[in-house]
Amino acid sequence: MDRQPAPSGGRQLRSDQVSGLMLVALALYVWWMNRAYPMGSLSEPGPGYVPFLLAIFMGVMGLLVALSGGKSMPLAAIQWTEAKRAIALLAACGVAAYALERLGYRITMAALLVFFLGVMERRKPIMVATVGIGFSLVTYYLFAMLLRVPLPVSPWGF
Amino acid sequence: MVETFNNLLLGFSVALQPQVLMYAFVGCFIGTLVGMLPGVGPLAGISMLLPATFGLDPIIAIVLLAGVYYGAMYGGSTTSILIRLPGEAASVMTCIDGYAMTQQGRAGPALAIAAIGSFVAGTLGVVGLMLLAPTLATFALRFGPPEYTALLLMGLLVLAYMTGGSIPKTLAMAGFGLMLGMIGIDAMSGYTRFSFEVVELSDGIGIVPVAVGLFGISEILLTATQDIPSLPKNPSLRELMPSRTEFKQSIGPIARGSALGFLIGIIPGSAHIISSFISYGVERRVSKTPERFGHGAIEGVAGPESANNAAATGAFIPMMALGVPTSPVTAVMIAAIMVHGISPGPMLITEQPKLFWGFVASMYVGNVVLLILNLPLVGLFVSLLRIPYSYLYPCILAFCILGCYSVSNSVVDVWIMLSMGGVGYALRKFGFDLAPVALGLVLAPMLELSLRQSLAMSAGSYAIFIERPISAVMLGFGMLMLLFSLKPLLSKSNKKDWRSSAGLDEVS
Repeated sequence: MDRQPAPSGGRQLRSDQVSGLMLVALALYVWWMNRAYPMGSLSEPGPGYVPFLLAIFMGVMGLLVALSGGKSMPLAAIQWTEAKRAIALLAACGVAAYALERLGYRITMAALLVFFLGVMERRKPIMVATVGIGFSLVTYYLFAMLLRVPLPVSPWGF
Repeated sequence: MVETFNNLLLGFSVALQPQVLMYAFVGCFIGTLVGMLPGVGPLAGISMLLPATFGLDPIIAIVLLAGVYYGAMYGGSTTSILIRLPGEAASVMTCIDGYAMTQQGRAGPALAIAAIGSFVAGTLGVVGLMLLAPTLATFALRFGPPEYTALLLMGLLVLAYMTGGSIPKTLAMAGFGLMLGMIGIDAMSGYTRFSFEVVELSDGIGIVPVAVGLFGISEILLTATQDIPSLPKNPSLRELMPSRTEFKQSIGPIARGSALGFLIGIIPGSAHIISSFISYGVERRVSKTPERFGHGAIEGVAGPESANNAAATGAFIPMMALGVPTSPVTAVMIAAIMVHGISPGPMLITEQPKLFWGFVASMYVGNVVLLILNLPLVGLFVSLLRIPYSYLYPCILAFCILGCYSVSNSVVDVWIMLSMGGVGYALRKFGFDLAPVALGLVLAPMLELSLRQSLAMSAGSYAIFIERPISAVMLGFGMLMLLFSLKPLLSKSNKKDWRSSAGLDEVS
């Protein structure tokens, strides 16, 4: 999937070169953060010892990925056609996570499903309401009542 | 042998209890559904069910989750054969010849052979588990920290070899997973590391939010715009019957797939996925008429389907005998057992014989349940696929949030899951394999503890790993695998190695 011959003209940034450098950046960040923890000695390694080894390992692997990435797919060739939708889905889930303990499970889940089905998928209002409300009530009954999994309740007791 | 038989009888006395039987059935049913639905693999399915098992007896919990796992292996084949849509990654190879058979009007025999092959492989796998796990557990009693360190390192190196894609990318992902495992309180010193002053992160990052995010959420982000293609007519029970020739052609692939899948299952990595790819490659190679492959060869269904089921069973051996997960799925199952205060490992079989043998016996029962579910009830399962994906994926996302939140009643877990979903989406776009991340996360605490204990034992000398014979052999084997995996990179020859020939590049 990621091996493609390089085009003859021009220098294009390759996907593996970018991802390799991102890994190196992550390794450097971990190394920087790890300074706060004692390294200990070889006979008594401290809490910073293994993260330090891992930062070196990640950095080396990142460099290898970047250096051997000359023939990988050009960065511009990666298709992001569904990216906008993916971001919208993630953002909606993020709002739901924020609301979960504030509005309670049932209201949050019903609202989330109404957003997905009504706004994003443009389904019929009756189906949106049935699935949204039905899902939140049925799963609440199943998990909170039958399986006794504690789920958050709204300040209004619902 | 007599002892094994007596233990198995003990197991059946547990597995045939009505309550255990019921949960085995429920697990298999949910697993079949999970295997059929795109976006919900066995891992996401098991993770979502995990909180519901906390209040159950540990035997029932493990029977339920194992049922979901091997049920998913069965279920994945149905959508692959009927609509060329693998419900989960292990069924990708079944699409090729299974769907070709459907187009020729032979969907029934393809579904039947997939179910029969899965049943045979699953049952043979349980026999292997029954015979091998106790022996391995006895051997593992000799293991100290250096041996465990070597075992875990060997696992990661073998994973790099088996994955088939870019070795540095696979190892970098394992390193990323290990780094995630460093978050939280250090067990030896009590230091809280990389927690960004978030109290919940002091306990570390759990496998469930990471696994659901990486595998479940990222899959939905990638596929939410797609819809499931139209379904063919449901095959009737009579149409399911394969011909005598088809039966004959399937015997060899089922036997080879079972053996191959079981052996690969013991090795770390996405064994059930890898085994189906390798099995397809092997069948194509041993066939006298390889040109039939891709055009409806029943061997192309029988081999991979048997292999992925046998691998699912084989993966339980290191989990039960060593307490070492070889895949994210077994890692979640270990978490499920540990919630009940039971630690999997060499002592499990002797200390918890009812749990181990009850689990083994329940797998025999589960395989029979799955055969019953997958043949006569195939029409019912297929009907569920008629629900448009635009209705399914929002419900799957909501289930993911519910499942992650319920594990420890923490919104932080939901945030971790969503972040991992985004990270997984981007990593997949850049061609990274995600299984090593989950595996690294699970192995990190074990690896760190055993490495530091080993160094303390040897007064800081790394020579301890080569002075002790068991760890030296394991590290040697791991290094050998690493050298083998580097060979295609160093060699200038255009000849493909066996992993590429088996189509393993497509796994990553």
